[in-house]
Amino acid sequence: MSRSVIHRRLIAACAVAAACVLGLTPLRLCPAKDVAPEVLAAERARVDVAARISAATVAIFAGEQGGGSGVLVTPDGFALTNFHVVQPAGLAMRCGLNDGKVYDAILVGLDPTGDVALVKLVGRDDFPFVSLADSDRVRVGDACYTVGNPFLLASNLQPSLSLGIVSGTHRYQFPAGTILEYTDCLQVDAAINPGNSGGPLFNAAGELIGVNGRASFEKRGRVNVGVGYAISSNQLRNFMGMLRGGVLVDHATLGATVATGADGKVYVSDILESSDAYRRGLRYDDEIVSLAGRPVRTVNAFKNVLGILPAGWRVPLVYRREGRVDEISVRLSPVHAAAELAEIAAGRRQGGPPREGGPGESPPENQAPIVPKLPEAVRSLYEAKTGYANYAFSRRERDRVASAVRENLAREAIDGTWEIAGTLQDGRPFRIELSDVLATIDLPTGTSRLDPRQPLDESPVPPGSGGMLAALVVWRQLLTVGPEAVGRTDYIGTAPVLLDDAPLTVDTPLADVLASDVAGVRAETFIDPQAAAGQVLGIDLWASLRADPCEVRFRYAAANGGDAARMPKAIEVRFGNTLFGVFTIQRFTVAPGEGRDAGKPPADGGEPASAANEEKAL
Amino acid sequence: MTSLTRLACGPRVAFMLVLLILGPLAARPYAEANEAAIELAARTVVKIYGAGGFRGLESYQTGFLVSPSGHVMTAMSTVLDSDEIDCVLDDGRRYQASVVGIDPRREMALLKLDGEGLPYAPLDGASLADAAAEAVPPNAAEGPPAGAAAAAATSVTLAAPGTRTYALSNLFGVAVGDERVSVQQGVISAVVPLAARRGAYEAPYSGNVYLLDFTVNNPGAAGGLLVDVRGYPVGMLGKELRSTSAGIWLNYAIPLPEVSASFQDLLSGRTAEAEAMVERIPFETRLLGFLLVPDILEKTPPFVEAVIEGTPAASGGLRADDLLVAVGSRSVTSCAAVAEELARIEEGATVRVSVIRDGAIVDILLGPRPAGAAPAVQELGGERL
Repeated sequence: MSRSVIHRRLIAACAVAAACVLGLTPLRLCPAKDVAPEVLAAERARVDVAARISAATVAIFAGEQGGGSGVLVTPDGFALTNFHVVQPAGLAMRCGLNDGKVYDAILVGLDPTGDVALVKLVGRDDFPFVSLADSDRVRVGDACYTVGNPFLLASNLQPSLSLGIVSGTHRYQFPAGTILEYTDCLQVDAAINPGNSGGPLFNAAGELIGVNGRASFEKRGRVNVGVGYAISSNQLRNFMGMLRGGVLVDHATLGATVATGADGKVYVSDILESSDAYRRGLRYDDEIVSLAGRPVRTVNAFKNVLGILPAGWRVPLVYRREGRVDEISVRLSPVHAAAELAEIAAGRRQGGPPREGGPGESPPENQAPIVPKLPEAVRSLYEAKTGYANYAFSRRERDRVASAVRENLAREAIDGTWEIAGTLQDGRPFRIELSDVLATIDLPTGTSRLDPRQPLDESPVPPGSGGMLAALVVWRQLLTVGPEAVGRTDYIGTAPVLLDDAPLTVDTPLADVLASDVAGVRAETFIDPQAAAGQVLGIDLWASLRADPCEVRFRYAAANGGDAARMPKAIEVRFGNTLFGVFTIQRFTVAPGEGRDAGKPPADGGEPASAANEEKAL
Repeated sequence: MTSLTRLACGPRVAFMLVLLILGPLAARPYAEANEAAIELAARTVVKIYGAGGFRGLESYQTGFLVSPSGHVMTAMSTVLDSDEIDCVLDDGRRYQASVVGIDPRREMALLKLDGEGLPYAPLDGASLADAAAEAVPPNAAEGPPAGAAAAAATSVTLAAPGTRTYALSNLFGVAVGDERVSVQQGVISAVVPLAARRGAYEAPYSGNVYLLDFTVNNPGAAGGLLVDVRGYPVGMLGKELRSTSAGIWLNYAIPLPEVSASFQDLLSGRTAEAEAMVERIPFETRLLGFLLVPDILEKTPPFVEAVIEGTPAASGGLRADDLLVAVGSRSVTSCAAVAEELARIEEGATVRVSVIRDGAIVDILLGPRPAGAAPAVQELGGERL
């Protein structure tokens, strides 16, 4: 194109622009300088928000397989995206930010059912990031932004931004088979197009309220028709611990199906007798009133509540039978068999190298998956293990929790034989002694013993507790030798620990959970990640995986620092539907040595390592 | 103040007034005002379930209450072609509705469900807030309710281009039970007559529509409510329309004055306009002396239902049960396509059509096309569609 042509075109364009301005002049109510300061301030604020949220938005490139979007949620590079975005990319991907740089990233956690993945960008510890807002506060009509890489336009790494409103909340969108189910999601008319998948949805303040991943398309082709869906930030929050722990996450089922009755209410239409809900007392034809603290008035509402909860969580359920309302606490089962979920996730390795082994030779069980050659920058951040998307991050989280536990306790004060004495809820005395070679509990109903060096599942003592003594043995081992040394202990995510029928809300703190397979039993230990970091809140111990666990909960004095908070003031034990006992601790002593036979019982008034003498009815 | 703008005489003045109104609104924390408008509007919107559910025909659509006693205006469609029409209100209450009447020219229908004191969208130019205040007088002892006065002082006018609106609809059937319908926002881009003509958007309605700058006419959205951001009903979302020549989907709503007129007609049982409109359907094959099978599917195969004696079709040799496959040199696969192609024939001209009869293709000369209206003959059975 010659210069003169360009000039002519420029002049023509200017003329057109001038004409437009002139044409509009009679209509303009106020020139720019008279715009109300509030309007200008609002505009500036919007531009600032756009800049901030754009900086934390990630363009994900999966090579020829496509790509999508993501959003950074920590300064050290953890970014959320969709399962369906990372699946074709495999374990490693390249991620662009609007600083113009491309970073290597590694897969951390996967949630195929919820269509969520967590990846970690490497190369900085000061990535721009955004924080998660409470998506239950989002209201229809609220302004919102979608940011991302629609149609993979961001070849210059600058994300696209679209402004719209929230069209609907608590939406339910059916899954494809058993995966990619969008429950309790947000619906927006801000543009969500192919390539926006995995990208962030922000509220007007620039807080993350969701991750975009889906849209209603029909006859108009795969372009936005003003109907897009985002996974809510509250769902993301529930799964974040698992994802950060590198877990291949599963969603939950109640072990029961529900249907709408003739009166429009929601009833149990089928229930598995092997389910936890059945053992807790839920039966066919019971009316579901609420689940996890949220009212259930439609089948959709039930699916919405259930769909944002991870498998393994215990949540309150309220049901009505013949006019009587009951509340139970139900442990949620996984939707998939572990192998099934691994197969679904393995879809992402379809493009990888072929498996080893000759024709007709089946790979040995538990063979580690073939790891494709990873980029140098992320190679050390990956470790394969069944049940995990990336076991390296589970190990990392376990070590974090272990050091928190260690920091919380002065180790020298707890090595030796523990003697715990006090009273039961009826005022009668109890006494517990724990050492490396013997565990004893004296109750008014009798004395039980077990040898911590032998399999713990043989006799769940004391009778009726489901294995309280074994749980205390695991507890002592975790504290004295550390989680790494107790059987096989892995970090498996986070879960709420609800005491005193506390409701489950978005503000309920989530405890870190360690799962230990030790001496024939499985134990899940809940550790406070927050104010009292490293404090063990409880242990669930399964003597048999087909039965209920023994549930031990530790209560601490609300002390402000000092030894008083480090050991519990009370222990609560439940098994199945019954409260086995509330053990109020009056004396907690540690005697060096190897137990009752090795040393004399510590004298009363001796130096307690920690004691909560404050008596309180539980 | 707000009712003044409704009386604005010219579109330009109205536009300026809208800007005047919206200016201060934008400076306020307008999210609050808008949420109130959405809340009031959503309460009046009804999820409608009826016939369909196969071959691209949805079994759901949208409507909105226009009276406290359960009158619902909606789009005329195959969804209503059912003995059982279910209406689910915003609060989850489910009613069986009956069809009071249909307005084929505007493609609207009036339903009635058995309710009282229901929230409704006023069609007389009043705001949703006025209607709500009227329904539940804040203090019944103090004279006439405020809403009545407001309603009397307002009139139904066209909204101006630039008006910011919300569209509320049961698009894609996303919301069920007590779940709230979807809300989208956008602007009225233009007020223009619908180019309802051959080769464009084939719809019986050819009056003014609001062209919208956002995708509102999704599956299930027909019959939805368009309100402006201040909470005044503005129009009804139309059925999905796609240009047959350009393939472009239209985003539009039918203005409130038409909805209001349709409601009045249907309520009073007036059907003269509805009957007059039948002749305005793009092309009436009866003009050439034959009827096609009822056009009930998106692409109904164009079988000949009946041939009228003494007409060009009869003398040309067309027979019942023939399947039309070509008109002139163009292939046709649906009743709609046949009507479209035949409409191109000039008066007095003859067209060659091809039909499949007993497995063989037979060519037939149809014509000459007579002028004027279809010959008056007895009904041959079957619905005229």
